[in-house]
Amino acid sequence: MNSVNKNLKKLVVNHSLELDCGKTIKDFPIAYETYGKLNEKKNNAVMVFHALTGDQFVTGINPVTKREGWWTTAVGPGKAIDTNKYFVICSNVLGGCMGTFGPTEIDTKTNKIFGTTFPVITIKDMVKAQKYLLDYLEIKKLLAVAGGSMGGMQVLQFVSLYPDSAYSAIPIACSASHSAQNIALNELGRQAIMADPNWKKEGSTPDKGLAVARMAAHITYLSKQGLQEKFGRKLQEKGSLKFSFDADFQIESYLRYQGANFVDRFDANSYLYITRAMDYFDLEKQFNGNLSLAFKNTKSKFCVISFSSDWLYPTVENKEIVIALNTCGANVGFVEIDTDKGHDSFLLNVPEFLKTLNEFLNSTYKEINNEKRI
Amino acid sequence: MKKEFKVIAKIIQNNKRVLDIGCGDGTLMEYLKIKQKNDVRGLEPKKNLVQKCISRGLSVIEGDAEKELSQFPNKSFDYVVLSQTLQAFLYPESVLNQLRRIGKQTIVSIPNFGYWKVRLHLLFKGTMPVTKNLPDEWYDTPNLHMCTILDFVNFCNKKNITINKSMCLTNEKISEITKKNMKHKNIFSQLGIFLIQ
Repeated sequence: MNSVNKNLKKLVVNHSLELDCGKTIKDFPIAYETYGKLNEKKNNAVMVFHALTGDQFVTGINPVTKREGWWTTAVGPGKAIDTNKYFVICSNVLGGCMGTFGPTEIDTKTNKIFGTTFPVITIKDMVKAQKYLLDYLEIKKLLAVAGGSMGGMQVLQFVSLYPDSAYSAIPIACSASHSAQNIALNELGRQAIMADPNWKKEGSTPDKGLAVARMAAHITYLSKQGLQEKFGRKLQEKGSLKFSFDADFQIESYLRYQGANFVDRFDANSYLYITRAMDYFDLEKQFNGNLSLAFKNTKSKFCVISFSSDWLYPTVENKEIVIALNTCGANVGFVEIDTDKGHDSFLLNVPEFLKTLNEFLNSTYKEINNEKRI
Repeated sequence: MKKEFKVIAKIIQNNKRVLDIGCGDGTLMEYLKIKQKNDVRGLEPKKNLVQKCISRGLSVIEGDAEKELSQFPNKSFDYVVLSQTLQAFLYPESVLNQLRRIGKQTIVSIPNFGYWKVRLHLLFKGTMPVTKNLPDEWYDTPNLHMCTILDFVNFCNKKNITINKSMCLTNEKISEITKKNMKHKNIFSQLGIFLIQ
C-alpha cells in the first residue's frame, strides 16, 4: 500500500501537534485531494470530512482502488455539492491508511511500520491536523464543513474548535458522543481483528479478522427493512439448501463479498485506531457535560440531517445536537429524511437528502455573497 | 403573502429575534428575514415543508411544538409567532405557556369559531361548520380545540395573561378589537390576532 501512497498529494505539516493522548507528533504527512476551483474571494471552499473507512478521494475514480470515490453520489460536477461551483477539499484522517500519518507509515526511529505502536488518536486530533491543511491552502473561512457519520463528528469538533472558520456546518447522521451500542459494535470489530492469528505477525495481515469486522459493521449501516426487501431469504443458487456452512443465502454471500473487498483497500490497524477515536468522541464531556457550551461561540449556520431508518446514529442522537444548538441560540435547521436505507443513506442516492444538501449549500452561498451576513 | 401575515409582520419590529411555530413553507419567515432584517427560526412538523424552508435558506427544525419547545431557553426570542395552530394542539394551554416562557412577547392568531357564517351553519344546517377558513370535515380535522375571539380573551383574563394588542380580520380588512366592539367583532371577524405577554 505504501508504494502507491507515495504518489498521493500530500502536505507535510512542519508544526508539532500535541495529541490528546499526551504524545506529540511533528513533520507528519496529510494526504488530501481537492476538486473544483477556489474563487477569487476564497469563499466557495467546502471541507468534506470522511467516515471510518473513507479517504480523500471523495468523487471521481479513486486512483488507488480504481473504484468510484466514496461520495460520488453527492459530490461532483452538477451534483449536490457541485464542484463546478464549489472548491471541495478532503483529506485522509490522522490514523488513516491512504497517505496520512497512520499505523501503515514507517516509524523513523525503528525504520519499521508503526502498526500498534502508533499513538492513539482522537477526533479532535484529526480535526486539528486538518486545520493545518486549510491554513496551508490559505482558506480563512470555509463556505461549509460537511460530513456523515464520523465525518459529522469532525464537523461538530471543527466548529467547536474554530467557531469562526465556517459559514455553515452540515453534520449528517452522527452523534455528539458515541453511544454504548456503538462502542460495543466497534469493540466487536476490533476483537475480530485481534483474534486473527495473523494480527501483529510480521509480513502478514489479519485479513479474516478485518473481513469479519467489516461484515458486522456493514450490517449496522443498513436497516432491517432494507435488508429484508433486498435479500429476504433468497438463496444464492436456485434450488434447495445445501445443508452445509457455505453461503446458501444471498445475504451471506453479499456480506462475504463486502468483507473480502474491504481487506484489499484497508489496513486492520487503521481500523483499530479510527474506531477507537470514534469511541473516545464525547463532545459533551469536553465541555463538562454541557454540550451547548461546545457551540457557544459558533457563528456557523447549521443544517443537521438524520435518516429515519438509521439505528446506528438514530434521529434522537442527531436531535440532541439540535437541542444543544438551540439552547445556545445558534442558527440551526434540522430535518429527518424518510428512507429505509439505514445509516448508509448519506452515501446513497436518496433524492430528498441530496436536494436538501444542495439547496442548503446554495442558499448559504447566495447569502454570503449578497448580504454579507448570515 | 396573505393579509394575516402582513398584520403579524407589522407588529414585529425590525432586527428582532423571532421564532415561528408551525412556520409552514416559510413565507412569513422569509418576509421577516429579508424585509425586516429579523433573525428568524422556525419549527414545523411536516418534513416536506421543512425541506422547503431549508432550501430557502431558512433555519427550520422539524418537530412537534407539543414536544419540542422545552429546548428553547427562557426569553430567548423577542417574538414567538403561532399562526392559526393553537386549536390543533392536544394541550393548548401548556403550549401557550411554553410560548410565553420562550418569547418576550407572543403573537397568536385564531380562526374565530364565533364568526356569523359558522354560527349560521350550525344553526340552520345542524352539521359541524365547514367554511373557507375551516375547510375540514369533523372527522378529518386537525382542530381539536376551536374557540371564539371572546373565548380567547376570557381565557387570557382568567389566566392573568396580558393582551397588548387585539386585532381582527374581516374579509381581508384589519381592525382593532376593543372592549366596546368585542361582541360585534366576535360575530363579524374570521380571525383574531393577539399580542400577549
